Amino acid sequence: MSEPTVPGSPDQLAAALEATGYLPDEGLATAAYLALVMHRPLFLEGEAGVGKTALAHALAQVTGRPIYRLQCYEGLEASQALYDWDFGRQLLHLRAAEAAHAADDPERLEASLYDRRFLLARPLLQALEDSPSVLLIDEVDRADDEFEAFLLEVLSDFTISIPELGTVRAQTPPLVVLTSNRTREVHDALKRRCLYHWLAHPDFDREVAILRRRLPEVTDQLAREVARATANLRTLDLLKPPGIAEAMDWATALHTLGARDLDPDLAARTLGAVLKYREDTERVRSLAPEALVGG
Amino acid sequence: MADGAVVERDVVDTVLGFARTLRHAGVGASPDRVEAMLAALGRLDVLDPSAVYWAGRLTLCSGPDDLDRYDTAFAAWFSGRRPRPAPAPAQATPRLAASAPLDPGTGEGDDSDAPDLAARASGDEVLRHRDVAGLTDAEREHLRRLFALLVPAAPMRPARRRRPSAHGSVHPARTVRRALRDGGEISRLLHRRARPRPRRVVLLIDVSGSMTPYADALLRFAHAVVRARPVSTEVFTIGTRLTRVTRELRLRDPDRALAAGGQAIPDWSGGTRLGEVLKAFLDRWGQRGTARGAVVVVCSDGWERGGAELLAEQMARLRRLAHAVVWVNPHKGRVGYEPLTGGMQAALPSVDHFVAGHSMAAFEELTGVISRA
Repeated sequence: MSEPTVPGSPDQLAAALEATGYLPDEGLATAAYLALVMHRPLFLEGEAGVGKTALAHALAQVTGRPIYRLQCYEGLEASQALYDWDFGRQLLHLRAAEAAHAADDPERLEASLYDRRFLLARPLLQALEDSPSVLLIDEVDRADDEFEAFLLEVLSDFTISIPELGTVRAQTPPLVVLTSNRTREVHDALKRRCLYHWLAHPDFDREVAILRRRLPEVTDQLAREVARATANLRTLDLLKPPGIAEAMDWATALHTLGARDLDPDLAARTLGAVLKYREDTERVRSLAPEALVGG
Repeated sequence: MADGAVVERDVVDTVLGFARTLRHAGVGASPDRVEAMLAALGRLDVLDPSAVYWAGRLTLCSGPDDLDRYDTAFAAWFSGRRPRPAPAPAQATPRLAASAPLDPGTGEGDDSDAPDLAARASGDEVLRHRDVAGLTDAEREHLRRLFALLVPAAPMRPARRRRPSAHGSVHPARTVRRALRDGGEISRLLHRRARPRPRRVVLLIDVSGSMTPYADALLRFAHAVVRARPVSTEVFTIGTRLTRVTRELRLRDPDRALAAGGQAIPDWSGGTRLGEVLKAFLDRWGQRGTARGAVVVVCSDGWERGGAELLAEQMARLRRLAHAVVWVNPHKGRVGYEPLTGGMQAALPSVDHFVAGHSMAAFEELTGVISRA
């Protein structure tokens, strides 16, 4: 009962993902399939906005598993990723026990302080306890080296030992998706435990399909022209080439303004939806509009 | 290997041969990764070339740099063509006298070659691997002693994360934990406060022809900085291309670290394309986080063969990202030096500290500038 929907091949998984609105290419479908059946974490790298985080959510939907997300940042500590004790409630419990004169047996009282109900589970522990689950470790490149070393330990045997309580072991290892924007080189030891996939921008047809799927209200014409213009923008060596997320924002903005196709004037006015640097905007404005809109 | 066991024997041989090809091409396909590939193949259709391609790519590669090499090796191996084995770097024929053998102590002096090298500096990439320990004995001994004494202090930045401390705001978790131990009585308040953390230092070292006389010393300086703060220091060499040498310089022994660094640098004593290489650094590393809030030290004479305009643009961009930009120019130590080269003129408006880097005294001064930046 626990896993009714594990697909039998990459193609089946791709079809299931497509049903949720996430359109993977063959490599990504194979990567996700292998991560699922080999119980190996999936390490996704790629430019911002290519759909790394969205994949984890889509996989949770496909497999019917709960998803737990750990956002990494500099200074992230184990207690924020694993568990913490609820000290305030422990203290209250102690006082209540004293008031009820239950403090006669100090050992039992102490043991009762480290009960599961005083444990605050953080994403990693939650994902193990609630297995099978999907564990999204987002932007792991933002965490410190020490945190990476700690992750390595958790991801290699999927157990967490809590000194006061015992060991928590996942019955089925969670499907782990790690994402990185490459702000920093992640340690090789961590990558070695994972399947590595570089997520590139989608090709034209796939991007059109994604736009059509996610934004059904946008006309086919507009979706194609936005996809073509976005692809053109990516060839311009910009500071921040637009990802799928930006293409969707752009299409939405154009649609909101009543556009049925991409005319140069509207495109120039809505560049802010797709470009996020002044230099990039100026660069594109200085080009002939046909260079952007035409293919 | 439970999954791999179902894979047939000739598949194993094919994969092992492929992994060997891949290692020749420079992808570190370690045995555990190969094992993972076999396990992956056990789950996929071995007769489907595209499944084999992905099984290998997902398990053997570890970064975007590996992908092109993987594609080439895959095409070569599985089309039946044997790829030409790539010449090992060590066998590359040294083309200039400065390519002394790795054996220390037999190297020729570099300084005498300097004018010659500068004259030869060209836009073409001179692809060779120089032994950076190839100084004269006396010089090397001298520098080694002096660099061992150099203890660069890191610049500090305020931290958000608070740690236990005798003073500061109350630390509720520690206080209550302590109270639990004391039977529920809060007898003492424990405190925490933010402690400053080291700020990242990024060194960009010009290894082009005109900088050859100084590159050794600058790399030794970089090694001293890396040794002092291995986690918060990054070192790149710039010339005709960008090379990250942080990992090589983390070796403890300076001579081995420099030899490893020298091996890693493909464009030693080539030309300079500062603007382009700086742009590559900012695109690939700087903007994503490496230069953000860091002290960035550019060590170069500003001899730019490309357009100065691009350099000016990229320096302005660097300054917006970095906490402070330090430019080290060895020539600044000379009497009567004026920063007249186009590159220097373009860079100076975006530089916070412009210092010399030609002598040990200048390096000591530089450590002060970095730690106060």
